[in-house]
Amino acid sequence: MSEWPLYEVFVRSKRGLNHVHVGSLHAPDDKLALMHARDVYTRRNEGVSIWVVRADAITASSPDEKDPLFAPSGDKVYRHPTFYDIPEHVPHM
Amino acid sequence: MTELAEYFEATIQRGDRVEPRDWMPDAYRKTLVRQIAQHAHSEIIGMQPEGAWISCAPSLRRKAILLAKVQDEAGHGLYLYSAAETLGTSRRELTDKLLAGKQKYSSIFNYPTPSYADVGTIGWLVDGAAICNQVPLCRTSFGPYGRAMIRICKEESFHQRQGYELLMTMMRGTDEQRAMVQESVNRFWWPALMMFGPPDDASPNTAQSMAWGIKRDTNDDLRQKFVDMSVPQAEALGVTLPDPDLKWNAERGSYDFGQPDWDEFWAVVKGDGPCNAERLEHRRKAHDDGAWVRGAAVAFARLEEEL
Ligand SMILES: [Fe+2]
Ligand SMILES: [Fe+2]
Repeated sequence: MSEWPLYEVFVRSKRGLNHVHVGSLHAPDDKLALMHARDVYTRRNEGVSIWVVRADAITASSPDEKDPLFAPSGDKVYRHPTFYDIPEHVPHM
Repeated sequence: MTELAEYFEATIQRGDRVEPRDWMPDAYRKTLVRQIAQHAHSEIIGMQPEGAWISCAPSLRRKAILLAKVQDEAGHGLYLYSAAETLGTSRRELTDKLLAGKQKYSSIFNYPTPSYADVGTIGWLVDGAAICNQVPLCRTSFGPYGRAMIRICKEESFHQRQGYELLMTMMRGTDEQRAMVQESVNRFWWPALMMFGPPDDASPNTAQSMAWGIKRDTNDDLRQKFVDMSVPQAEALGVTLPDPDLKWNAERGSYDFGQPDWDEFWAVVKGDGPCNAERLEHRRKAHDDGAWVRGAAVAFARLEEEL
């Protein structure tokens, strides 16, 4: 008999916040994955919404900070507001 | 050192977290798998000593509390298996190793629970010792392990408090009930001290684990912390702790205390505790009895897919 596949679980802890990855679990199908996620990760009202997704459906970057994937944003300082000098007397900026 | 190894070392030195897809030394990975698996198995096997009292709890209130507590321990096991799986092992593999006796769980769960007071004592002392061990692990160097520990620690405080409250209630009862509490504390005190592992000079892996930031404190330091926390709690409860050497040391600002019977500890670790065989047998039976449920769920999922 084959093993239950691995699912990654994401929980929105309250309205207005993003779903956050909380861990994983095994389940035979999507529906049961959701119910298991409720029992394992939200026994004390930790969530108002749950996403479950098969782990093998996720494409991930390498988390290595030196990964060239993130290099293109490294030298674009002009994307940050602090790059621009605005005189002190200009209000609301 | 290779560039990858240097990067790993630098991450550890900065006190930063190592994440699953990072390069890490084989020995680091192996140590983590062993420690997290042992931890997960402890949560799962740890459901048994208290679980035995669910059907005999003296009130609906106590029964609901105990059910919730034991269910939490199942959850703790799952958080930890989930963390271990990010290291490239599988839940199936770990379960097989537990059932084959190839991986260990905490020796504390090989002691019996013949008295209802044991439910309270376990919450107070065993979960209390677990909290001492686990709070520093929230800062462990491997990300998923630390995050699992944070969730677990949040829930452990309920475990300890419900146990202590149960004992306080019994201490306000009859002489017989008070005697039950004292008898239970006498049995669990030394095994609880053993939960921190062998003395530092008999714990050869500690130094490497601390260098890697997996472990944050030595066994003896944590044991001392636990004793210092527990003595005033015992006084407030009105029980004595079964250690003639226990006394306040003003110079150190800590309690001096006696050593557990380490021969007994090693015997239990090697499988000769009072309940080792029973605990594994029970777990094996539960696993085998559940096989048809797991199989049926898979068959149903396949059927749904085909439709
Ligand atoms: Fe636990
Ligand atoms: Fe607990």
